[in-house]
Amino acid sequence: MPLAHYLILSAILFAIGVAGVLLRRNAIVIFMSIELMLNAVNVTFVAFAAHHGSLEGQIFVFFVMVVAAAEVAVGLALMVAIFRLRATVFVDELNLMKW
Amino acid sequence: MQPILFYTFAVMAVASAVAMVLHRNPVYSAIFLIATLFSLAGFFVLLNAPFVAAVHIIVYAGAIMVLFLFVIMLLNLKRDPAREAGKITRRFLGTALVVVLLLEVSALIGAAYFLSGNGGSGENALVGLESGVSGSTPNIGRALFTTYLLPFEVASVLLLVAMVGAVVLAKRKFN
Repeated sequence: MPLAHYLILSAILFAIGVAGVLLRRNAIVIFMSIELMLNAVNVTFVAFAAHHGSLEGQIFVFFVMVVAAAEVAVGLALMVAIFRLRATVFVDELNLMKW
Repeated sequence: MQPILFYTFAVMAVASAVAMVLHRNPVYSAIFLIATLFSLAGFFVLLNAPFVAAVHIIVYAGAIMVLFLFVIMLLNLKRDPAREAGKITRRFLGTALVVVLLLEVSALIGAAYFLSGNGGSGENALVGLESGVSGSTPNIGRALFTTYLLPFEVASVLLLVAMVGAVVLAKRKFN
């Protein structure tokens, strides 16, 4: 398969992730869309690793996964804390700090 | 065979991702995201990276998405079309931004690969199971424990910090 096919697929997935962040109001779904964007970039990394014949891209994917796992753990803990305080995770209603 | 697999996985990934964004129920969104992640693991196998594919399924589908489903069910989030609908202007703006982004990236990739003559039909732009170095477990392990040993250890400390932070945040009593 040509490299460009993988890059275009990754761009489409990234754009869908951006759409999820912009269009959804549920904070957990926004979070899942961010995960989708990270994974789209991972596809790009692995495609370029295959293209250049080096392992660096694949190694970087592991570190992206580590950071994503840490981010999800802390982020979901934050969601639970916010839900206990406000009884909602819809971002429209979490406007206490809005001027 | 490779193109058939590629397009199967591509259709599956994009369709599941669109369904994830459009579905009103967060539990269904999570399950569609799991389907997307499985098809991405298929791409990793096609790209000569079997270990990345395995770790991707174990970590993402097996750990991260289970955590998501756990939290969604813990918070008992019901679908809420009235609040989820949002303003028309915001939806229009968001959709327009996404379309512009997609066109922009596609134009860049097209300009880089199809017009300059070093891709599209050229031999050197092909990626797949025949090309490059294999991402097998011994190769990955050798690179990870020699060249990238320091980042590896830093990542372990980062995971410990995140674990402690998540426990502290989730256990704190609010009054």
